[in-house]
Amino acid sequence: MSGEKTYVEDVNREFYDFRYEEHAGYKVASGLTEEIIRQISAEKKDPDWMLEFRLKSLEVFNRLKMPLWGPSIEGLNMDNIVTYVRPDTERMHASWDEVPADIKDTFERLGIPKSERESLAGVGAQYDSELVYHNVKKEVAEQGVVYTDIESALRGPYGEVIREHFMKLVPPEDHKFAALHGAVWSGGSFVYVPPGVSVEIPLQSYFRLNAPGAGQFEHTLIIVDEGADLHFIEGCSAPKYNVANLHAGCVELFVGKYAKLRYSTIENWSKNMYNLNTKRARVEEGGKIEWVSGSFGSHVSYLYPMSILAGEGAQCEFTGVTFAGAGQNLDTGCKIVHSAPKTTSHVNTRSISKSGGISTFRSAVVVGAKAAGSKSAVSCESLILDKESRSDTIPAMDVRTNLADVGHEAKIGRISDEAVYYLMSRGLSEEDAKALIVSGFAENVSRELPLEYAVEMNNLIRIEMKGAIG
Amino acid sequence: MSEHFLKIKELSAGVDGKEILHKIDLAVNAGETHVIMGPNGAGKSSLAGVLMGNPNYEVTGGTLEFKGEALDELSVNERAKRGIFLSFQNPVEVPGISLENFARSALESRTGEKIRIWNFRKDVQRALDALEMDRSYAERDLNVGFSGGEKKKAEVLQMLLLKPSLAILDETDSGLDVDAVRTVSRGVREFQKDREAALIIITHNAAILSSLRVDKVHILVDGRIVTSGGPELIGKIGREGFSDFEEKKA
Repeated sequence: MSGEKTYVEDVNREFYDFRYEEHAGYKVASGLTEEIIRQISAEKKDPDWMLEFRLKSLEVFNRLKMPLWGPSIEGLNMDNIVTYVRPDTERMHASWDEVPADIKDTFERLGIPKSERESLAGVGAQYDSELVYHNVKKEVAEQGVVYTDIESALRGPYGEVIREHFMKLVPPEDHKFAALHGAVWSGGSFVYVPPGVSVEIPLQSYFRLNAPGAGQFEHTLIIVDEGADLHFIEGCSAPKYNVANLHAGCVELFVGKYAKLRYSTIENWSKNMYNLNTKRARVEEGGKIEWVSGSFGSHVSYLYPMSILAGEGAQCEFTGVTFAGAGQNLDTGCKIVHSAPKTTSHVNTRSISKSGGISTFRSAVVVGAKAAGSKSAVSCESLILDKESRSDTIPAMDVRTNLADVGHEAKIGRISDEAVYYLMSRGLSEEDAKALIVSGFAENVSRELPLEYAVEMNNLIRIEMKGAIG
Repeated sequence: MSEHFLKIKELSAGVDGKEILHKIDLAVNAGETHVIMGPNGAGKSSLAGVLMGNPNYEVTGGTLEFKGEALDELSVNERAKRGIFLSFQNPVEVPGISLENFARSALESRTGEKIRIWNFRKDVQRALDALEMDRSYAERDLNVGFSGGEKKKAEVLQMLLLKPSLAILDETDSGLDVDAVRTVSRGVREFQKDREAALIIITHNAAILSSLRVDKVHILVDGRIVTSGGPELIGKIGREGFSDFEEKKA
């Protein structure tokens, strides 16, 4: 073996590894200084408070240490990361025809216009750091639902609402990359669903990184008001690059009284990505947050969506799958804070590791003294496909009341030879047989997804399983 | 097509260095139905496994040919593609794919052709009806939560849909109640209508055979075929069991 062999194995990703030459209209110098932050802020025409917020976040960023408790992120050199790239296009496009051809082609290959045609409510597709295409179906807007890019919302009538909520759930002091996000955030979605409104069809956004060395720091802010109901789908796919890529997005979800929000994500980052994403939801009385999360790709992931069950009877359901292949160290899980009586949480995750991949499930359940009558059940199953791969489960529990029912179970296994033999006896190749079994293992997530996403996820599994035969 | 379909000569095989099958000779022609009977532990399922290419078994001697081609080097799925089908004694539960979708993708990988969903669905429904299975089974995950009898029926269903040229039924009748045996038997009779296809039925129970056309019967005891004959052997086994053959061997 040559010493030059790097951590990224070239698995077959030809479906997703297309990209176009970068010809961005505007790009800041590498590295992070106050000057750059001011430059970004001016370019974005931030309100004053946002500039102050960014500068304060930069201070926090410079003060905080890199995290030392998870997978190594030594390969990440902040001085090399261009934090802000604006694609060569005007900001908003009401119609698909106006989107530049190369960007359009990239999205078309990802199937977005098609999925839109197929009854999805709106597409907010992020290309590099800007929202380039945005369209909310008429009927949704008529219900009073606001779905827009967060930057224009910041300057519009919802500016005050954003100011009241922006990074209130995830303060910059939370951790170094939250602070980084606060300083350089760019692009993302804002959704507001008025009281009692039930959005029948899912809203979706598709994020995508295209510029080499560019980080992506999109901010998603969703407010589902009392008694309202929304399904939001965030899909991510990034092409592969040689330069370390960083994703430090932030998702803040506010679920009102008796409201319901389902937040679904299939993340499929390129294999050199550092995915250090922070997602958090606050759920009021009788409300419910449902996370559906598929983590694929990336070199290193730290991803633990957190749910704060703040009101009596608030509920959280978390369904996730993580697939770690060669060169990948994916540290995923969730955190749930029960801080009101009779709150419930239900966590059901699957992890798959293959070809030396490392998958760690990390969960934290906190049941506060005021959370009498609460229930939490955490279940994690791991499938290890070969001897080189690894899977760990790190469940933490902090229970401050005797009146709670908290359980955790973990299972670990491998693919049974008998099952492979059985499927092969019907004509499937060994590879296909194993891919089918792994898809079935990940069914906890795929059955919760809209059909086309489930199909895409199974395709991803198939691609990751290629060459699984040692 | 009167050439031998399946030709087994002096086949010896075992698991982990322990020989289970000793110098088996067996020739099956297109359109024929052969029955292999024998007491528990005689090696019947091992023979089925060796024919299908179960990697747990090691062939230690002799030859295995199907349609003039040596099977030894062919993987399990290559054998399936050449038309060999095994109905499992203990079918595996596979979550995440429905019985119908699985049968369709199996047929597609076997034939290399795209199958029309709607036509195939009709075939599935017809087969389900014939096997007295509720049509909802088509949508259920493959074997997941099926009772023992339903799993066996689902195996026969796949046999009917995949239309193999050689089907091996490994104790498909075991653990079934009288009605289920009758239903399965009807499914097998349906398969026998294809005069180009051959069938090997492994059983230790004569009930499933009563309404089936049988050409040859082989008695397998302690890994050896001790007697071969016509359907009259079935009646003899039914009356007297295997003790006679076991003594003969001793």
